[in-house]
Amino acid sequence: MKWVFQFGRILTVCFLGETLAALLPLPIPASVYGLVLMLAALKLGVIRLEQVQDAGRFLVAILPVLFLPAAVGVMDLHAELTAMLLPCLLAVVPVTVLVMGAAGLVTQWVRRTQKGGAGHE
Amino acid sequence: MSEVLASFLSRSSAWGAALTIAAFGLGTLLQRRTGKAWCSPLLLGSLLVMAILAVSGLPYTDFKASASPVSYLLLPATVSLAIPLYEKRNLLRENAAAILAGILAGVLVSLGSIAALSLAMDLERAQAVTLLPKSVTTAIGMDVASALGGMPSLAGAVIVLTGIMGSLTAPWVCETLRITDPIAKGVGIGTASHAIGTAKALELGETEGAMSGLAIAVAGVLTAALAPVFAGLLN
Repeated sequence: MKWVFQFGRILTVCFLGETLAALLPLPIPASVYGLVLMLAALKLGVIRLEQVQDAGRFLVAILPVLFLPAAVGVMDLHAELTAMLLPCLLAVVPVTVLVMGAAGLVTQWVRRTQKGGAGHE
Repeated sequence: MSEVLASFLSRSSAWGAALTIAAFGLGTLLQRRTGKAWCSPLLLGSLLVMAILAVSGLPYTDFKASASPVSYLLLPATVSLAIPLYEKRNLLRENAAAILAGILAGVLVSLGSIAALSLAMDLERAQAVTLLPKSVTTAIGMDVASALGGMPSLAGAVIVLTGIMGSLTAPWVCETLRITDPIAKGVGIGTASHAIGTAKALELGETEGAMSGLAIAVAGVLTAALAPVFAGLLN
């Protein structure tokens, strides 16, 4: 039963996220509101870590599987994708690498600078 | 025969979810056997399901409906990314400036390079704004694309492909650019390739996974705020 109640708490936060997404006129989805609400609830002690930890860890662990049905959906869009194959390819391959590099290097650089170059991780 | 099967399957509520898990399992097995990083279970599993649907002639919509219990868990799973993040809250607090600077840099590079690409290739506005939010989580990205006059379903496909690309290239990018700090790795992976990349970051380590999860939310919100500015540069 412990797992059911943990899942229930997570779903309640999801529902609150959906409610915020419906009420606020911003292009922010329920999942992002939910993530922020869950973080706030844990921080404020409304939910204790052990009240969601097991079910939450399970859900996070199976995350890659959950994307499979959506990834298969790419097959229904092959006409649109081939119509702009080169721009899509450029956007997906080099740009993704650039973004990852930029975000990672800036974070690493700021952290090292803040430490005044005192040693390394 | 195939019509009988198709009509039976369109009423079955189990085959889509079962096929999803079986295909992912086979992908995991192949990855273990070959030891190759590009053998991602998500990529191999998706290709396998695509092949099965193409050969059998079963429509994707039937598979999607039958696999909906799997997709249903996406929302609670994304919300649960707050849990590893909360467990790493001290790291987050101590490194807030570095993390925010990194995510902002990534978002600006993403929007800037897509805008530059669109101008260089003379893309139509609808095509350009479809690609603009390609690094953020599907829900935000599709909303941003449609709000700016793009094609949300194509945006969704490009976002999924970006995620797979990010998860495949993450170890190589970090090694080549000498990104050794776990916080920086997580920020890079999450900013570039949202939740699909985050699944990979979680494999690399708890800190990487937590920071990548945070980057999904922050990069998503920053992109929603800044995409209209870059869309304005296009014409």
